[in-house]
Amino acid sequence: MAENVKPRVRVPRSATAGEAFEIKTLISHIMESGQRKDGDGNTIPRSIINHFSCDFNGENVIQATLEGSISTNPYFQFDAVISESGTFTFTWNDDDGSVYTDSKDITVG
Amino acid sequence: MKKMTLTAAFAGTVAIFAGATSAGSDPATILSIDDVSISTRAPAPDFLDIDEVISGWVFRTSETQALQMDDFDNPGMLFVDQAIDDWNTVEGSEGQSCASCHTAGPEEFAGLRAELPRWNEEQGSLYNMEDYINLMRVDYMGAEPLKWAKPRMDAMVALLSLPSRGMAMNVAIDGPVADIWEQGRELYYTRVGQLDMSCANCHEDNYGNMIRADHLSQGQSNGFPAYRLKNAKLNSIQARFKGCMENIRAEPFAVGGEEFRALELYVASRGNGLSSEAPSVRN
Repeated sequence: MAENVKPRVRVPRSATAGEAFEIKTLISHIMESGQRKDGDGNTIPRSIINHFSCDFNGENVIQATLEGSISTNPYFQFDAVISESGTFTFTWNDDDGSVYTDSKDITVG
Repeated sequence: MKKMTLTAAFAGTVAIFAGATSAGSDPATILSIDDVSISTRAPAPDFLDIDEVISGWVFRTSETQALQMDDFDNPGMLFVDQAIDDWNTVEGSEGQSCASCHTAGPEEFAGLRAELPRWNEEQGSLYNMEDYINLMRVDYMGAEPLKWAKPRMDAMVALLSLPSRGMAMNVAIDGPVADIWEQGRELYYTRVGQLDMSCANCHEDNYGNMIRADHLSQGQSNGFPAYRLKNAKLNSIQARFKGCMENIRAEPFAVGGEEFRALELYVASRGNGLSSEAPSVRN
């Protein structure tokens, strides 16, 4: 079980319809690759975030599958364009079955 | 997808390889975080032979610099978040958390980081942030002291340093600490290890030059604890001293020991005038 996992998201509070804005997400996670060995020579089991997705009002915006070589604290930055107010939901899936979520409201003004 | 167009750029936060000289754009010269301006250059204190003290931030590539210019991008803030949880956690025999007494939050400590290490009259010794944290934990919370240079301690130091960000380092070097400061100065200029080098050989005589692939800074401590890309965690100043000593193939002094305390005081005083940047981002 990964410890100290905490998602962080930055989405502007408001946006103009049809204009791109930036979304940043970061989750603190050890991202243990499964390739390393501990002091006794035993393999340290893989423990990573294996999937990330972002939805807007139930519609998928972006998905990413993460593999064992992604560095610790995975960071995603992407642009989005929306035409109506709504809620972004962000989901991270952990190898251990945990699901971490965060959501942000945005208003189109 | 019809409502949106997007471009995705993603990378692990530590997968941003900052080539020392191959940076795409010129390094920035002005550091400002959330509208707090940070002095990265200042006139050197009188006791130094150099003219100007320069923050380590100036020596980094534009990519590494950018990470520190936005708190969201600064991976050190992840550890600050963890420390906030710790701050609110009740621990020890007295049933207290940090927040139980310090109701105003960590902001209460604005300015503290810029004066440390300093003489604690009551305890009769030189105190840095780690000492204050453990004093509170042991005397008021009845909890185990935190180990120095370990994640929980470094995160807590970062949290308590944050309110002082942007404030000028102002470490006293006279009075009761004069002897310790002198010992620190001595250590700074003493050649040690198989490579027979002192701190000054790199950080005073050769800052700005390359040592193999590394761009030498002045070795200022105003940004510590610092998030380092090489190990993806916060690093305390004394852990950094240890790393430096290993690099010159010397037997490192003990973290938390008398020598490193003296050196921490001396190095901190060399940065008087620079803003506290903790938690900073370095390579």
